Amino acid sequence: MQRSVTLSVNGAERSVRVEPRALLVHVLRDELNLTGTHIGCDTSQCGACTVLIDGRAVKSCTVLAVQAEGSPITTIEGMGRADALHPLQQSFWEKHGLQCGFCTPGMIMTAADLLQRNPDPSDDEIRHALEGNLCRCTGYVNIVAAIKDAAATVRAGRSAGAAA
Amino acid sequence: MPTIFGSAIKRREDPRLITGSATYTDDVKLPGMTYAAFLRSPYAHAKITRVDVSAARQAPGVIAVYTGNDVKDKAVPVPCAWNVPNCELKIPHHHLLACDTVRYAGDGVAMVVAETRAQARDAVDLIDVDYDPLPAEVDPEKAAQAGAPQFHADVPNNIAFKWVVAGGDAAGAFERAEVKVQLRIVQQRLLPTAMEPRAAVASYNGGSGQLTLWVTSQNPHIHRFLCSVMLKLPEHRIRVIAPEVGGGFGSKIPAYPDEAMVSLAAMDLGRPVKWTEDRSENYKVTIHGRDHIEHVEMCGTRDGRITGLRTRVYAGLGAYASTAAPGIPTILHGLVYSGAYTIPNIEGTVYGVYTSGAPVDAYRGAGRPEAAYLVERLVDTFARAAHLDPVDVRRKNFIPKDKFPYTVATGLIYDSGNYEAALDRALEKIDYKRFREEQQAGWKDGKYRGIGLVSYIEICGLGPSQVAGAVGFGGGLYDSAIVRVYPTGMVRVYIGASPHGQGEETTFAQIVAEEFGIPVETVEIVHGDTDNTPQGWGTYGSRSTAVCGSAVKVAAERVKEKAKKIAAHLLEANEADLEWKDGKFAVKGSPQSARAFGELALAANVGWNMPPGVEPGLEATAFFDPTNFVYPFGTHICLVEVDADTGKVDVQRYIAVDDCGPQINPMIVQGQIHGGVVQGLGEALQEIAIYDESGQLLTGTMMDYAVPKASQMPHIETDHTVTPSPVNPLGVKGCGEAGTIASAAAVVNAVVDALQPFGISHIDKPLTPARVWAAIQAAKASGAGNGKGAH
Repeated sequence: MQRSVTLSVNGAERSVRVEPRALLVHVLRDELNLTGTHIGCDTSQCGACTVLIDGRAVKSCTVLAVQAEGSPITTIEGMGRADALHPLQQSFWEKHGLQCGFCTPGMIMTAADLLQRNPDPSDDEIRHALEGNLCRCTGYVNIVAAIKDAAATVRAGRSAGAAA
Repeated sequence: MPTIFGSAIKRREDPRLITGSATYTDDVKLPGMTYAAFLRSPYAHAKITRVDVSAARQAPGVIAVYTGNDVKDKAVPVPCAWNVPNCELKIPHHHLLACDTVRYAGDGVAMVVAETRAQARDAVDLIDVDYDPLPAEVDPEKAAQAGAPQFHADVPNNIAFKWVVAGGDAAGAFERAEVKVQLRIVQQRLLPTAMEPRAAVASYNGGSGQLTLWVTSQNPHIHRFLCSVMLKLPEHRIRVIAPEVGGGFGSKIPAYPDEAMVSLAAMDLGRPVKWTEDRSENYKVTIHGRDHIEHVEMCGTRDGRITGLRTRVYAGLGAYASTAAPGIPTILHGLVYSGAYTIPNIEGTVYGVYTSGAPVDAYRGAGRPEAAYLVERLVDTFARAAHLDPVDVRRKNFIPKDKFPYTVATGLIYDSGNYEAALDRALEKIDYKRFREEQQAGWKDGKYRGIGLVSYIEICGLGPSQVAGAVGFGGGLYDSAIVRVYPTGMVRVYIGASPHGQGEETTFAQIVAEEFGIPVETVEIVHGDTDNTPQGWGTYGSRSTAVCGSAVKVAAERVKEKAKKIAAHLLEANEADLEWKDGKFAVKGSPQSARAFGELALAANVGWNMPPGVEPGLEATAFFDPTNFVYPFGTHICLVEVDADTGKVDVQRYIAVDDCGPQINPMIVQGQIHGGVVQGLGEALQEIAIYDESGQLLTGTMMDYAVPKASQMPHIETDHTVTPSPVNPLGVKGCGEAGTIASAAAVVNAVVDALQPFGISHIDKPLTPARVWAAIQAAKASGAGNGKGAH
């Protein structure tokens, strides 16, 4: 049994037929070919599948695709392109915040959520915000540095905007 | 032009990774693709009496179901590729799917192929198997005793091998020694936990007879070789592609039955087949690490000279001998028992033991962390027993810097080292004397602070092929590169190594750009596809830069030699009269004559005007085989405070000083150290794979297995010294495993140091609050402490 669902992903409406039991992460990856969202566990610990739904970081393995109907979804593909990177993407690159890259999309989405709520987080606040995102390569040191760097960039951009 | 070698330039691989446009194995999608799922044994040890797949075959979307007996004659059992000599190694058959006996919880029993992933999973549940459960044993020491359950008919007492290393006269040294210490150390089982689980996609063209296998691999050439054996398919008919690989840590070195099954099904069905492990499956069946029970001793003089080290080690191999498993607790472990020290008398006995657990193989450091841990724990214990400072004991026993190359008692020849310099650099970061004073004062107030030092060495840059052959490694350990220069002067380099997070696309491009005097952006590194890369042996054992990076360097030098010939011809000059400056060849004293690298690339590739006897084209291949291993080293310091009421360990500072020779990209080296250290901190503080007595994995998901989180880990301070290696043209050593090799012992040394007033001599890792608390309670109950502050 399948049903039609219309998802709003990265600013575009996408209609797909899915089983009611289909998880959002599977639909993003298998039906919409948005393979930047990864699957690293089956118990919602690793955070590799994190996306933004209604602007908040959500593990897309814990959401049925049918539940996401009507809410804007942002995946890593919607954050920025190689020639126009989001400040978080830029900072992860600058600060060597990734190695194998598998956890990185989820890290960036969680960090985006954090910076919306807290534009100037301390190291400790960043480390706690990453509670639900695991990385096995970096030891987190440079991920923390990258998020701090991005926060500074975003703040500078905002104050420049305010001045103008 | 700024120096490229030694620059912390941003990684070339990152733009695709940070935008979600990288392709990992599970991202591969082919027309007509089907999906596989495995039925795995719920029992750790059982006879299979009946397998009924009829209902599964009828299930919606199911295309095929395979059992052990269906595939037994179509495939060769999974090979073990490290046949360590002189230890009577016994390697039992490991069939692609179990035929009549299952030997661990997770052993493959059947595979379903269906139109969708969900249909394959649903159909697995419809397979009906009757098992007759048999006794299990997961403890390697117990499994080796008489009376233990027998797991393989042809392996008495489950002992796969008994391997001995000996140098000097250990028995005599212990007999004569003034100070002797001993420990029983458990090196717990660990789950490697690459964030990307394993996956495989196989596609077979029946017309051409070509199999293409995308697989999560650290070493696609080894996978091609071993798949060729398992599938009875000629090697030139197999193309193995390791696309983006999401971490490995050793777990993606071995050949597994799974990718062979997926390949067999693709060949059988004529449709592509994909299989992706979920995390629970990964924890059950992907190799585990460590699993040693060690009885270790050290002896020496009252003034701190170490004279002997002895071990008896039970190394669990799990149910079957995985690809490199026999070599890990022997060659990569027992041979480095001398550590950074001049220990004249060493004797080690290592039993490899089959158990009812998942196969154990290389996990970050692979044998060397276990060795560094036991040596460094013993050094601290010895120092305590001799009433000497652990810093002084290390200093007194270091191999002096002017004694390299140095042959240790186990027979290895260390290439280079300056251990005292790294120790001094690390000690500069703290005020050691003051720390000791404050520590003493704190003890009186119930404040338990401790310092842990580790001065490690490791054997890496694996390694000379001749040695690989001599120690039974079923392959070479050279590596390779093709440097190809295009007419426009752009360069592509095809390498035999297969990076999966180490940043070799950047580091190796830096080597070439430096050699040619061209922008690093004009060099591209290609890896991971056996159809376009030269034979190589992969990325593990901290070997890629020392071995494959050297091949890149040598191939680039060959290209440059040819470019010089062409330049001389075009300039109508003698080669001897040319000089290389600022990326150009020019006649000495006549800079206006210069020919840039790009001009020479065009001249070579069009071939209009070549020197007599010189072929057109500008490319070179190099196979670099080192003359020795490389031996990185360093000193790590860990400062902790232990809450004696709760047992909680707080890592207050972690300082890593490492020497991996000249750093091509310091940012990448630092990142490797960070990651390695945290993996060792996880091992020291919280990670443990636990089986119950019946062989059920209790830590089978990320809810139960404590992968370190950002909030649990400290900031890591790094620094380095530089001692070039003489065994490769770059002078480089390895840095991928160093952090893990050093850090577990640093933490445990620090905690035991902090708890001195309780008289605690050792606590087995992981040092969870419960374990530390229990050790404190036990010590209080036994009255072992000196009472100094022990309330």
